Amino acid sequence: MNVSSLAGIVAGAARFISGVQASWRDGAPQARQSVFFANHTSHLDFVVLWASLPADIRARTRPVAAQDYWDRGLRRALAVNVFNAVLVPRSGEDRPRESRARSTIDRIAAEMGDDYSLIIFPEGTRGTGESVAPFKSGLYHLCLQKPSLQLVPAFIENLNRVLPKGQFLPVPLISRITFGAPASFDPLEPELVFLERMRDAVCGLRER
Amino acid sequence: MMPGHYGLDQKLLWACGGILGLLVVATIVGRVMRLAIKDPVAEGTIANLNQRIGSWWVMCAIFGLTLVVGSTGSLVLFGLISFLALREYLTLIPTRRADHHTLFWTFFIFTPLQYYLLSLKWLGFFIVIPVYGFLFIPAAMALAGDTQSFLERAAKIQWGLMICVYCLSYAPALLTLNIPGFGPDAKLLLFLVIVDQLNDVLQYVFGKLLGRHKIAPSISPNKTWEGFVGGTLSATAIGTALWWLTPFSLPAAAAISLAIALLGFGGGLVMSAIKRDLGVKDYGNLIGGHGGILDRMDSLIFAAPVFFHIVRFFYGS
Repeated sequence: MNVSSLAGIVAGAARFISGVQASWRDGAPQARQSVFFANHTSHLDFVVLWASLPADIRARTRPVAAQDYWDRGLRRALAVNVFNAVLVPRSGEDRPRESRARSTIDRIAAEMGDDYSLIIFPEGTRGTGESVAPFKSGLYHLCLQKPSLQLVPAFIENLNRVLPKGQFLPVPLISRITFGAPASFDPLEPELVFLERMRDAVCGLRER
Repeated sequence: MMPGHYGLDQKLLWACGGILGLLVVATIVGRVMRLAIKDPVAEGTIANLNQRIGSWWVMCAIFGLTLVVGSTGSLVLFGLISFLALREYLTLIPTRRADHHTLFWTFFIFTPLQYYLLSLKWLGFFIVIPVYGFLFIPAAMALAGDTQSFLERAAKIQWGLMICVYCLSYAPALLTLNIPGFGPDAKLLLFLVIVDQLNDVLQYVFGKLLGRHKIAPSISPNKTWEGFVGGTLSATAIGTALWWLTPFSLPAAAAISLAIALLGFGGGLVMSAIKRDLGVKDYGNLIGGHGGILDRMDSLIFAAPVFFHIVRFFYGS
């Protein structure tokens, strides 16, 4: 079985299990190099976001995932072969924090090349689902390197109830993902203003 | 017919043929209406009608197929319907993180257990959810330790289990009923589903055609006295005319059909009231034109348990 049909099966299974209802506020997405970014409440977030993308876009979209969690055994096989994830370190290196973050962004930008899109969760860590935490600066630094990226916000609802932080067994409730209108990067905009604008774009998609 | 066995008998085939004929007629009427009526206001309703008819083909095909397969087929089908209905219901119900394990139990222990017990034809299925499920849910939630809106959360989860799993499971439970001279027979389930679902359809049709006076304006703008009376009378007439599917006499078939129609109406009303309470229009979007599984099953949830007990009391061995 080739990788793309396996990916199709995994995406279908993820959609069925999560019962995800995806909607595009601004119509179907353009097939441009993009960053899809969303609120983060569950380990299932990137799987469901990835599975909700149209097949042609999904094939050119790579989630960013934590190396320490995904880089072993079966998880690694799944992350590398099916999701084509970009695995980045979260901790464990003894270089100064700032330069480590920079080298991670450099790596992500290099892995994107000129045609891969990305799935990231700018909060950096999973929340409770009630509020969206302030965004980390990674999104901004990535945009500095690749200013022409199409920035697509998404809001994920109910996945925190399907598989909350700290739980092992999922409960099959229906989740919903809403994609918003694409935004673009403005190099003149201050970092914090940009990050707040992106966060507002995500929060504005919340239905209730 | 041999007790404990049913298959493709003549009457079952006639009934299935009748449903097929009805679907064909409905499809033709829907297409003609789409071509003939150009009124922009009516167009939305007609598009929805055609979508509903399309979904009816799929639902009838699935139901017919599982009926032919035998009691296991119906059990698996209704087990799946219960699971999906519970999923729609609990998605809309506000729960808290502490309820996670309790929710897991309702989905993966109580729901399969109910249908497993039914497959054993053990009458213990009557008590598992109302006794053990009823007590287990608040106990598990108390152990989780979150007391905010405790009673409310427990009651809502219990309610979901009762309507989506317990009440609905009475429909396939009809296949376990021993009736002297009739046997456990799928035609009983078919009769219930035909009368119940046609009652829904006819209330909708009469309501759309003649509806003027709303029965419960705060609950549903679509429920009218004209729809209620027209639907109930015609569903009762159809049920009476289908007496040959059942062990009932003609007058008994009329009385029981009337009961199914009234209960179905009650179920629709209650499930609509819950939707208004939750602030949603439909329970889901699984069935094109109809909404979610619960939107289609609302009448059966009320009709199935009472129909079962009527038949068991008056005709059971």
